[in-house]
Amino acid sequence: MVKEEEDSSNRPDNTAFTQQRLPAWQPILSAGIVIPGFVLIGLAFIGIGVGLFLTSRDIQVLEMDYTGADGSSPCSVCYNLADKNCVCTMSFSIDSLIKGPVFFYYGLTNYFQNQRRYGVSRDDKQLYGDTSNFASPNSECAPYQYISNVPIVPCGSVANSMFNDTFELFKNVNGQSLPVPLDGKGIAWWTDYNVKFQNPNVTPLINAFNGTVRPPFWSKNVYELDTTDASNNGFINQDFLVWMRRAALPDFRKLYRRITDGDYSAGLPAGNYSLKIHYNYPVNGFGGKKKVVFSNVSWMGGKNEFLGIAYLVIGSLCVVMSVVMLIVYAKFKFPEDN
Amino acid sequence: MGLLVSYFGNLFGKEKKQEEERHLRANDRPFNLSYQYANNSIKTSKYNVFTFLPLNLFEQFRRLANAYFLFLLLLQLIPQISSLSWFTTAVPLVMVLAMTAVKDASDDINRHKCDRQVNNRKVNVLVGGELKNEKWMNVEVGDIVKLESNHFVTADLLLLSSSEPLNLVYVETAELDGETNLKVKQALTVTGEMGDNIGTLSSFRGEVRCEPPNNRLDKFKGTLTMNGRNYGLDNDKVLLRGCTLRNTEWCFGLVLFGGPDTKLMQNSGKTVFKRTSIDHLMNVLVLCIFGFLVAMCFILAVGNAIWEVKEGSVFTVFLPREPGVNAALSSFLSFWSYVIVLNTVVPISLYVSVEIIRLGNSFYIDWDRKMYHPKSDTPAQARTTTLNEELGQIKYIFSDKTGTLTQNIMTFNKCSIHGKNYGELFDFSGQRVEITEKTERVDFSWNQLADPKFVFHDYSLVETVKEGNPEAQAFFRLLALCHTVMPEEKKEGELNYQAQSPDEGALVTAARNFGFVFRSRTPESISIMEMGMKVTYELLAVLDFNNVRKRMSVIVRSPEGKMSLYCKGADTIIYERLHPSCSKLMEVTTGHLNEYAGDGLRTLVLAYKDLEESYMEGWRQRHHEASTALEGREERLDELYEEIEKDMILLGATAVEDKLQDGVPQTIEQLAKADIKIWVLTGDKQETAENIGYSCNMLREEMKEVFIVAANTAEGVKEELQNARRKMCPAAAEDPSVIKARAGLFWLKMTETVEDEKVDDEYGLIINGHSLAFALEKDLELELLRTACMCKTVICCRVTPLQKAQVVELVKKYKQSVTLAIGDGANDVSMIKAAHIGVGISGQEGMQAVLSSDFSFAQFRYLQRLLLVHGRWSYLRMCKFLRYFFYKNFTFTFLHFWYAFFCGFSAQTVYDEWFITLYNLMYTALPILSLCLFDQDVNDRWSFQYPQLYSPGQLNMYFSKKAFVRCMMHSCYSSLILFFIPWAAMHDTVRDDGRDIADYQSFALLAQTCLLVVVSVQLCLDTYYWTTVNQFFVWGSLAAYFAVTFTMYSNGMFLIFTSAFPFIGTARNSLIQPNVWLTILLTSLLCTLPVVALRFILIQIHPTVNDKVRYKVQKEVLPAPAPRRPPARRISTRRSGYAFSHSQGYGDLVTSKWFLLKRPLKGRAMLFGQTDSTLAENKPQHYRSITEGSQSSGLGGGH
Repeated sequence: MVKEEEDSSNRPDNTAFTQQRLPAWQPILSAGIVIPGFVLIGLAFIGIGVGLFLTSRDIQVLEMDYTGADGSSPCSVCYNLADKNCVCTMSFSIDSLIKGPVFFYYGLTNYFQNQRRYGVSRDDKQLYGDTSNFASPNSECAPYQYISNVPIVPCGSVANSMFNDTFELFKNVNGQSLPVPLDGKGIAWWTDYNVKFQNPNVTPLINAFNGTVRPPFWSKNVYELDTTDASNNGFINQDFLVWMRRAALPDFRKLYRRITDGDYSAGLPAGNYSLKIHYNYPVNGFGGKKKVVFSNVSWMGGKNEFLGIAYLVIGSLCVVMSVVMLIVYAKFKFPEDN
Repeated sequence: MGLLVSYFGNLFGKEKKQEEERHLRANDRPFNLSYQYANNSIKTSKYNVFTFLPLNLFEQFRRLANAYFLFLLLLQLIPQISSLSWFTTAVPLVMVLAMTAVKDASDDINRHKCDRQVNNRKVNVLVGGELKNEKWMNVEVGDIVKLESNHFVTADLLLLSSSEPLNLVYVETAELDGETNLKVKQALTVTGEMGDNIGTLSSFRGEVRCEPPNNRLDKFKGTLTMNGRNYGLDNDKVLLRGCTLRNTEWCFGLVLFGGPDTKLMQNSGKTVFKRTSIDHLMNVLVLCIFGFLVAMCFILAVGNAIWEVKEGSVFTVFLPREPGVNAALSSFLSFWSYVIVLNTVVPISLYVSVEIIRLGNSFYIDWDRKMYHPKSDTPAQARTTTLNEELGQIKYIFSDKTGTLTQNIMTFNKCSIHGKNYGELFDFSGQRVEITEKTERVDFSWNQLADPKFVFHDYSLVETVKEGNPEAQAFFRLLALCHTVMPEEKKEGELNYQAQSPDEGALVTAARNFGFVFRSRTPESISIMEMGMKVTYELLAVLDFNNVRKRMSVIVRSPEGKMSLYCKGADTIIYERLHPSCSKLMEVTTGHLNEYAGDGLRTLVLAYKDLEESYMEGWRQRHHEASTALEGREERLDELYEEIEKDMILLGATAVEDKLQDGVPQTIEQLAKADIKIWVLTGDKQETAENIGYSCNMLREEMKEVFIVAANTAEGVKEELQNARRKMCPAAAEDPSVIKARAGLFWLKMTETVEDEKVDDEYGLIINGHSLAFALEKDLELELLRTACMCKTVICCRVTPLQKAQVVELVKKYKQSVTLAIGDGANDVSMIKAAHIGVGISGQEGMQAVLSSDFSFAQFRYLQRLLLVHGRWSYLRMCKFLRYFFYKNFTFTFLHFWYAFFCGFSAQTVYDEWFITLYNLMYTALPILSLCLFDQDVNDRWSFQYPQLYSPGQLNMYFSKKAFVRCMMHSCYSSLILFFIPWAAMHDTVRDDGRDIADYQSFALLAQTCLLVVVSVQLCLDTYYWTTVNQFFVWGSLAAYFAVTFTMYSNGMFLIFTSAFPFIGTARNSLIQPNVWLTILLTSLLCTLPVVALRFILIQIHPTVNDKVRYKVQKEVLPAPAPRRPPARRISTRRSGYAFSHSQGYGDLVTSKWFLLKRPLKGRAMLFGQTDSTLAENKPQHYRSITEGSQSSGLGGGH
C-alpha cells in the first residue's frame, strides 16, 4: 500500500471536487414542471391582482390643481406672483367621508429634483449639525455656497428651493369656516428626523448660525422655521426634512400635513371645504404645476392601481401562455427518439 | 572591481552597436573586457524592489481595459463631469491591478530566486595559474573553466581537453532540446594535448574569432588561432550552457559566450502567445461595445442639449447654471458624464473573470485522474491556461503516428519458420484464441540470459528450438547475427541492447530469449550464446541497409570455418533474390505474410546463403577495392552487394507488432462521431502508415475507396487529386468557392474560407511527402484542401516537420476552424506550434514536443476526454459566462439610459454609488464564477455516450455575434421591465403611513434590489448543474447584498462617514413596505417567465442535441458502458512493408575501430547520440530491453 502511494506520487487526488463529480441537482424545463408552474403562477397572480386592485380602489383621493395657469382658477391672480404674500382660496366639497387618517399632500410637476447637479447641491455634514461646515460649505453647493463670502446655511440648491406655499383648511359649516387641525409632525422619516438631520449642539440655536446667512430664496432663517416648537425647528423642521428628501421623478407629491386630530381622526366628513393658500412658490417660470391632494392609505400605501392591474394582466397572460405551451407540447412533443 | 566593471560593461553594452564578430583571447581578461562582452550572470527577472511598482503599473496600463479605466478615473476628477464618486471606478481598478500585481510579483520573486541560485553555482576557474572556486556570475568571457561529471555546463564553452580518449565528452541536452540521450563532443587535438596540465592551460593564449551571439542550437562557426595556425571550429567542439556533463571525469573549456549571450538564453523568452477565437471575438465585441457606448452617450448628450434648452433654461430659477455653461457646453459635459456612468458596459472584471475561469478549468485538467497514466506516473497537464474553451471547438486534429498513435514499442509477435506459423494459440476445437493479458506466457527461465520483459504465448516454438530443429535454429541465429545493435553488459548476465530502430531491438531480443543470445561485438567478430554455448563468429562484412536496398546482410565465418550470408529485408525485395528451389516455401510463407499484414504487423523476410571459400576471397578483394575507391564508391559497392545477395534460401518471416496505444481505435471512432476530422501526418512510409490507418480504425474496409496520391510531378499530383475529387463529388464545381470576408479588430483581417462540400460515401486519402510538396504549392493547395476535406480520413506519409506545419497552416487559413496538433517528437514541434492548440504526448521521444505544447498527457486516448469532456465543458462554461456577463452588465447599464429621460439627461445614476462599486465586484461575481467552475450539461459518461454533443462548439453556437446581439436584446427587455415597473409602481405612491417612498433613494434601492434579484434568477435559469456551492454562492450573494445594504444604510455608518453614506435609513424605510416586495416579485417574474416560456417552446419545436440528451439523462440513471468489442480482423491483401528504421544504418560505425577506442560504456551512455540535428529522423531510437539498476534484478527475481 505504502509502496503504491510512493510509486504514484503524481496521481491526482480522488475527490468529488477535483474529479468534477460533486453531487448536483440537474433540473430541466420539462412540460411537467413548466406548464403547471405557469398555471399556478398565473392563478396566484390573478389572486394577488384582485386583492391589490380592490384595495387600491377603496382608497379615496381628492386632487386639486391650484397652479392658476388658466384664468378660471382662483389662484390665477397669484400665478405671476405680482404681489408678495398672495393668498388665494379654493373651495371644494366632499360627497362622502374620506376615511381617516387622511393625508394632505402638495404636488409639483415638471420639477427636476432628480437632476444630478440639483441633487448633489447640498451639504449633509452641515445638515448633520457639523458646525465646521457652516463656515465652509461643501463646494457642490455652488452657486448657493456663499453670498459675498458669507457662507449660506443650509447651503445648496435643494435647501434654497424649499417649497414655501402654506395651506390652511377650513370646513364650511352653516356659513362658518371652522379650521381643520393639521398635524405637521410625523410627516418625515424617523431616520431623517432622528439621525440624518441634527441641529448643532448649541443653545440657543441662533448662536450656531453666527456669521452665516440664510439661503437667498428664504424669507426666514433656518432657526426660525418653527419658533413654537424647538423639536421642529432648525434642520429638524419636518417640512424641511420632507423637502430635502428629493423625489425620484419629475412629477412628485410630498406629505404636507396629516389630518388626524380631534373630530377628524375618523376622516374628512362630507361637506364643503375651503383651502386658503399662501401662494409663494413660483412655478410659472418652468411651466410646472402645483396641486394639493387629500388621500387616505391602505396596507399597501397610497392609491396606485398599476400594481393590481399589472398582476391581473400578467396572471392572465401566464394562464394563456400555459395553454399555448400545452398546445405546442401536444403538437410537437419532445421527440423521444434520437 | 571586476564585477563593477562588468556591470558597467553590461550597462553600456546595450547601447553599443550590434556585435558582428566575437574576438577573444584565452586567459587574457583585460583584452576581453575591452570588448565589453556580457559576463556570465543572468537576469530573467523583470523588476527589483524599486522598479516594481512603476514598471508593473506601466505594463498593466498598456492593456486597453486598464487604460480605459484609468481614463475614466481621470474623467471623474473633473468636478463638472464627475457623475460618480471616484471610488466607483477606483475600487475595482485597484483590486484588479492589485491582483495582477501580486501574481506578477510572486512570479518575479520566483525568477529572482532562480537567478540567484543559478548565478551562485560554483565552478572551478583558472585564474592566475591556479584553479579557483568561483561563482558562475563571476565567470568572464575568455576564462578557462573545469567541469566535472554531472556538472551543468557553466556557459557556452569551447571544449579544450577532456579525460576521455580522443578528447571526447558526453553531454546530456535535456534542458536545451529535451532529448535525454547522450551526445558526443570532441575537442581539437591540438588543445586536447594540454590535458589537465594547469601550467600549459594557464599559459594557453589561443585566440578565437567566432559568430556573434545567436539562438541557433545546431550551428556554430569560428576559428581558433594558436601558435600562428588557424583551426576551424564547429558545433562539435562547443559545449552549450544548459547541458549536463555525463560519463566524463573532467574537461576544460574556454568561455565563448556568457550569461545573456548564451544560446540557451538567446532561445528563451520568445514565446508566441496563442489566443482563442473567443478572445478575438471578445476584442471585437468590446470594440463594438465602445462604439455602442459612444452612441448611447451621444444620444443622451443630444437629449441633454434639448432638455437644457427646453426645461433647464427655465428651471434655472431653482437650479442655476454655472457661469459660462450654456446648453451646448452642458451637453458636451453630459456626454463625458455619461461615459462615466455607462462605463459598466465594458466591465473591468470581464478579463479578470475570464482568466480565473480558464485557470480553474485548467486545474481540472491537471487534476483529472482519468487522464493520469499510472504506468509512467504522468498526470495530464494544462501548460497553457488560456486556451481551454478552444478545446471545445476543435474541428481538425493533426496527429503524428509514431509514439502518438503507437507506443513506439515493437514486440516480436509471430513468425513463420520454414512454412510453419508460430505465435498464435488455438483451443481444442481449432478455434483461434484471443491473446489477452491473462493468457499464460511462455516460461523462459531455462535461459539465464533471457529478457524477463519479453512476452510470448506460443509454447510450440520453444519446443521446436529446444528440439534442435535446424531451420528454427538458423532462423534465430540469423536474428542474433544480422543487425547493428550494440550490447551493453554492465554486470555479468545483465544485458542491455541499444538499437537503432525498435524493430531491430525486438528481433534481437526475441533471438535472445529463444536461446541465441547476442552478447558482444568487435569490429571483426560477433559473440553469441547458442543454446548456452558461447560461439564467436568472424564478421567478414556488413552489407548495410539503405532506403533503396531495403535489406541488410552480414557475412560471417563460423568457428567451424563455414562462411554464410545472412539477410533480412522487405518481402518483395528478398523474394526476387531467392533460390528457385524455395518456390513452394515461398507460397506458404506468402500466405503467412498476408495474414500478418492483415493484423497490421510489420514483417520481415529472412534468408541465408552458404558461401564458397574461394568465391568469398575474390569477393572480399573486390569489396576492399570498391570501398577504398575514390570514384563511384557507392555504385561499385551496390553492384557487389547485388551480386552476392542472390540465390538465397528462405528461412521464414517475422512479424513485429508496432503496438498501438491502448484505446486508440475507440478514441478515433469517438472523435469521428464528434465530427472531428483526423489527419495523420507521419514521417513513416506509405505502407506502414496505411497499415496503422487500418488498425486504428481510420481507414475501413467499408470505405468506398481509398485514394493514393503518389505522383512525381505537379501535373500528376493535380490530376490525381482532381480525379479523386470528381469521383467523390461529380457535381462539385471545378473551381473552389472561396468566400472572402473581413474579420478581426477593425475588420482589418482578410479571411478566405473554402466551404465544406458534401460527400455521400466515405473515402480515404493517402498522400506521400513527395506529392505533398507539390500539392502545397500555391496553385495546388486549394485542390488539395478540397479533396482532402471531402475524405473522411487523410493520411500524409513521409512528411517533413516543415510540411506538417504547412498542412496545418493550410487548413487554418482556408477553413477558419479550430485545429489541434498532437505529437510526441521533436519533428512535431513545428505543427504543435502552428496549430491553434498543441498537445504533446509525454512519452519515449524526449520532452521537446511537450515543452512547446499547450496541453500534455501520456496517452493518445486521453485526447477524447480532453476534448469531449474538458473542452466541451470549458467551452460551455465560457460561453455561459460571457452571455451572462454581458447580460447582467447591459441590464445594469441600460437602466441608467432609461432613467436619463426622467432626470433631465443629467447623468444621474439610478443606483446608490456603493451598489455600482460592488455590483460586479461582490454581488454578482461569485455566483457566476461558481457556475463557470461547476456547470456541466451532462456528466462525462453521457458526454462519451453522445459525442454529437461536441458539435455546437465547432459551429460556434453558444457564443457568437448573433448570440451577443440576442444578449443585448434580452438585456434591453429586462432593463425596460426593471425600470418601468418600479417607475409605475412607485409613481405618486406613498408608504402605508402616508410618508414618502417615491423619493430618489427609495427608488434607487428598489431598482437595484429588483436588478439583483432578476440577474440572480437569470443565473439560476442558466445553471444546469446545481451543486451546494452554487446554491451557497447564489443565496450567499443575495444575503450579502441585504446585509451590506442594511449595514451601509445604518446609523452607525452614517455617523462615522457622514458624506459617504447618505442613504441612511432607506433600506429600513422601504424594504418593510409590502408594495416594494410586490414590485420586486413582479419584475423578477416578468423578466424570467418569458425566458422560461421561450426556452420551453424552443425545446419542443427545435430541440438541440443537448436538450435531447439532457431529457434522456432525466429518464435513465446512467448510460450503459459501451461494449468493448475486439477490433475486427482484417481480411486483406494489403501487405505491410519493410519495416526498418528510415535512416541509413550504422553498419560503418559498428565495423569501424572508432567505437572501440572508447572506454567501456558507463551508465546510460549512448554511442549513437552523436548527431546534433534536432530532426528526429536522424535520431536513433533508444531501445532497452532490461530496465536499469537494481529494480530490474528485483523484478527479474520475482518472476
